Amino acid sequence: MIRKHFLRTLPSSHGPIRVPGKRRVTTHMENGDLAWVLISAALVCFMTPGLAFFYGGLDRSRNVLNMLMMNFWCLLVVPVLWVVVGYSLAQSGDGAFIGNLDNLFLDGIGIMEDNGGAIATVAFLGMFAAITPALISGAVADRMRFSAWALFAPLWVLLVFVPVFKWVYGGWLFDRGSVDFAGGTAIHVNAGIAALAAVSVLGKRKGWPGEGHPPHSMPLAMIGTGILWFGWFGFNAGSALAANGQAAQAFMNTFLAAAAAGLAWCLVERVRDGKFTNLGAASGIVAGLVAITPAAGFVSGMGPLAIGAAAGVACSFAVGLKTRFGYDDALDVVGVHFVGGLVGSVLIGFFANAAFFGEEGFGEKSLDGLLYGGSAELLLEQVVANLATIVYSGLVTLVIMVVLKAVMGVRVSEEIESTGLDLAEHAETAYHDTNA
Amino acid sequence: MKMVTAIIKPFKLDDVKEALKGVGVVGITVTEAKGFGRQGGHTETYRGTEYQIEFVPKVKLEVVVDEPDVDRVVDAVVASAATGKIGDGKVWVTSVEAIVRIRTGEQGPDAV
Repeated sequence: MIRKHFLRTLPSSHGPIRVPGKRRVTTHMENGDLAWVLISAALVCFMTPGLAFFYGGLDRSRNVLNMLMMNFWCLLVVPVLWVVVGYSLAQSGDGAFIGNLDNLFLDGIGIMEDNGGAIATVAFLGMFAAITPALISGAVADRMRFSAWALFAPLWVLLVFVPVFKWVYGGWLFDRGSVDFAGGTAIHVNAGIAALAAVSVLGKRKGWPGEGHPPHSMPLAMIGTGILWFGWFGFNAGSALAANGQAAQAFMNTFLAAAAAGLAWCLVERVRDGKFTNLGAASGIVAGLVAITPAAGFVSGMGPLAIGAAAGVACSFAVGLKTRFGYDDALDVVGVHFVGGLVGSVLIGFFANAAFFGEEGFGEKSLDGLLYGGSAELLLEQVVANLATIVYSGLVTLVIMVVLKAVMGVRVSEEIESTGLDLAEHAETAYHDTNA
Repeated sequence: MKMVTAIIKPFKLDDVKEALKGVGVVGITVTEAKGFGRQGGHTETYRGTEYQIEFVPKVKLEVVVDEPDVDRVVDAVVASAATGKIGDGKVWVTSVEAIVRIRTGEQGPDAV
């Protein structure tokens, strides 16, 4: 039997087995729960292509295939890595910092004793592992050697994603009392700070910020946004790992926060820049989805509205930081994912509403936000968890990039940067119209 | 023989085409083009950052006509392409030394 640490908030209806000093050890899923988790896993799988189209549309026409391939590469290499070693290191055992090797190559994960609950969970979490490094691709767009990215993605998953995932879902950050429903800290803050570290080694694109890099296809970006939103229902509501009330509330929160954030971003643009823009709507939707991710199963009522609106406003200004501080985060991974993830994760400390979800669903520690009669302890733990993630992920990502730079080089030549990565790195071009 | 080349606003293409047909022009070559003149470019705003788009989309029309028809053709283009606003484009006329219809081998004004 394997131990599942992904969530501390599974419903009590299944009779969780509590081992003294340890967390839940059951992975049994009823048929309805299993169906929802499997569907959710497929929804999350679809998010990586969605992200690829979102980033691809925002990228330049000569680099769009490189952007798509950086994302699809994560769907090739990470699932393999995940079932071979990643899952075991990320979830197995009681270690505070890293898992063990008990479930290497899916060893010990059957389908008879738990109705397939464990294998479904491994697949579901594998989708998360795949999309997390893909998030970083938006920052390094237009200039990173593909062979360097091909190594960066699996190395980053193994050295950064896996340990942080363990800390947050069953390790020391979990034990201290921080919460992260579907991956605000473990995924978005983690990938966001890694994006910042990666571009600090990679350097600015030629001509940035003087030369403009407007999106080459807003329709493609909008399709990607729609796919992301659709898939995110699986990401968040699926993270209940059950078809229950918490899943339904997480679903509603995902719906509401994204709309609120898109609306907020659009209103900021209307007032600040004069027009409602497609990119403002899309960026706001994504920022809202990012922000509600850590909170989706802990907040209710108008909490998601507040979290979404806060993320929409905060991120609409945060995307301007790169020009102010001179880091070339091409497609605003820092401004949207890092800042949005932080906003959502920290706001849990205000909006978590334990009573609404039933006391027993929240484990041993208090999970009441300040606005619901809780102490500042939860808020403090949220801050600690994110700070720890920022320091670790930032430093290790820096090391990975510096080593790759020294060993093989991480940047394409100036000529390739000017003529386009699609042809030079992949021997393909996206558009054949001579007037394009 | 002369070649009349016109740079016009893309949305005026249909009007210009009809006007040219109206003065007896039987063939037009159309190319999507980009460029700038006195209009300059325009700005686009993405995530609050303004981008200067220097090359504006235009349509380039090319018509080869016999010399007596030149003025009528130019007038037709100017009348049909004008909006009165900046960026309406330009028309110019150049001399054509030779012309051959590929299918028949006809040359000169017969091939126009």
